Amino acid sequence: MSKELIRLDRCTMVFDEDVVLDNINLNIQDKEFLTLLGPSGCGKSTTLRIIGGFQMPTSGDVFFDGVRINSVPPYRRAINTVFQKYALFPHLNVFENVAFGLRIPKTDANGAKVKLPEEEIHSRVMEMLEVVNLKGFEKRRTTALSGGQQQRVAIARALVNRPKVLLLDEPLGALDLKLRKDMQKELKRIQKAMEITFVYVTHDQEEALAMSDTIVVMDKGCIQQIGSPKDIYNEPQNAFVADFIGESNIIDGIMRADGVVEIFNRRFQCLDSGFEKDEAVDVVIRPEDVDIVPLEQGQLKGTVTDVTFKGMQYDIIVDFYGFKWLIQTTDLAPVGSNIGIKIDPDGFHVMKKSRYSGMFGDYSSYSEEFDEISQGVGDDEE
Amino acid sequence: MKNKLSWLSIPFTIWMAIFVVVPILIMAVYSVTSADGLVTGENFVGMGDYAVVFVRSFWLAILATLVCLLIGYPVAYMMAKEGQGFQRVAMALIMLPMWMNFLLRTYSWMSILENNGLLNQLFRSIGLISLYNSVTGSNIEYFQLLRTPGAVVLGMVYNYLPFMILPIYSVILKLDNSLLEAAQDLGANSVNVFRKVILPLSLPGVLSGVTMVFVPSVSTFAISRLLGGGTQMMLGDLIENQFLGGAYNPHLGAAISMVMMVIVVVCMVVMNHFGEGEEQAVML
Repeated sequence: MSKELIRLDRCTMVFDEDVVLDNINLNIQDKEFLTLLGPSGCGKSTTLRIIGGFQMPTSGDVFFDGVRINSVPPYRRAINTVFQKYALFPHLNVFENVAFGLRIPKTDANGAKVKLPEEEIHSRVMEMLEVVNLKGFEKRRTTALSGGQQQRVAIARALVNRPKVLLLDEPLGALDLKLRKDMQKELKRIQKAMEITFVYVTHDQEEALAMSDTIVVMDKGCIQQIGSPKDIYNEPQNAFVADFIGESNIIDGIMRADGVVEIFNRRFQCLDSGFEKDEAVDVVIRPEDVDIVPLEQGQLKGTVTDVTFKGMQYDIIVDFYGFKWLIQTTDLAPVGSNIGIKIDPDGFHVMKKSRYSGMFGDYSSYSEEFDEISQGVGDDEE
Repeated sequence: MKNKLSWLSIPFTIWMAIFVVVPILIMAVYSVTSADGLVTGENFVGMGDYAVVFVRSFWLAILATLVCLLIGYPVAYMMAKEGQGFQRVAMALIMLPMWMNFLLRTYSWMSILENNGLLNQLFRSIGLISLYNSVTGSNIEYFQLLRTPGAVVLGMVYNYLPFMILPIYSVILKLDNSLLEAAQDLGANSVNVFRKVILPLSLPGVLSGVTMVFVPSVSTFAISRLLGGGTQMMLGDLIENQFLGGAYNPHLGAAISMVMMVIVVVCMVVMNHFGEGEEQAVML
């Protein structure tokens, strides 16, 4: 029942010999909530700007509803954008900001300029202000609004034009955590109510998991994986995706047979198959899939080197034969204690080796700060 | 707003007090007294004789300001929008004449506009004057360029144009590019982006440009003397004549200055009020 609305076909973008997008293929379905997720500089914003028409790909084609739109300027696309810093017009009040697009004369089928009647503009703006919970703010100056309110004006200003697609470029980046969670729900509700396609750019993996129908994980100008939030989390395609989405221990392993994987010279049962016999692989074990058991019952034995209290659980770093794992557990194991662990077959996820193998998934240098820096929290792209 | 460095403004405050506030007070006293020191209103009453000079001054200054705006805005816009190269060349061309002495610049316009000046010689050599004669049946040797209102306006525009371009340029340059993208995104083509976003947001620059051209234009005396050749007497000439010239009457001169100042201040207040909303918006 879903149909393709936007297609990027072999899109490449080069700035000053710098390859920002490398041969991207992407289909966006009608009425879906699609998120472009990745660290700063991965090309997600550039992809969004190509869809919006603000940048033309160096090579490759962009299709909208089956029509090639490479050279169609932004003002002729049935696409509207919510900009990263809102970009509200400072010389107009809330009402006029929202009415901006409606007041621009449209060209009808005969080429004549048509202006919307004032009553229609008024009713559509008021209706949209109601959708974003800003009734009563019409006369306010936008500069006198809080960040969350400005955000909602920006959304109303885009949606009032009834676009087929709404592009959102890290729209919640400037808001505090509590407001961000509320706005996530709000955006999802609006998308459902308006029945249009949202293309959302973020570097926040939790945000992506919570809101999206489809997540596109990007890094270094390439798409690493496209899938539903569950697919992306449970079946990461390579070490980059496994590391970027949630926490992962990524261990070198060898696939001994279908359903049998070997790590640390021990064989474990797993659910993965379809690999060559004795193929070298990356094995992902999520921190919450590891059970701590008494030493003698453990499949692997290790020493606790660090414990952090996280409220809901403890983050424990355990040293197994020189490789440090992150384990999330509600059972406290003190630093220095020797523990055993047990992993169920569905706790293993086996991936093919990739260019990212060996780069992620070891928690030797684990610290809160390091994690934040490496994920570029609060970083602007470009 | 207590600042540790606020004492640094003391010299300026003293300077302003001695050389601006006190002189204005002296002028005010002069304007309401007569030569024998008695308080009188006759200076203001007698000013009616010069109504034509008032009207001419304001008319020519408004004209010069409009011409500056019509030339200056597009130049400022192009400078802000074109690449670095154009920007640098344009800036050099604007600043270069300002390194020359003001009088020298104005004198050179005289030799261009004279009856036998460069421009008339050019017109003659390309046959424009004989063409004019044959069309209108007249018999002139040259076009009267110097000693016309047009020459005075030209002189003002030439001298004060940079003061129009620079503030507009800096305001447009500072416009957030995402605002222009947002306007395009909402369906505005380049004409509408200019009309609905760039123009209103550049009004503060236009206002300060207008002020900086209009005020010196309305009070000029050298330009009108040199290029108007005495036929285009303006307020500046009139005032100068009361203080330094043959009509020596500092009391009348002071009164004219006061009236001019009040008119200019009222104009500026009205205009700034008009553009207040935009100004706040840009300052944020």
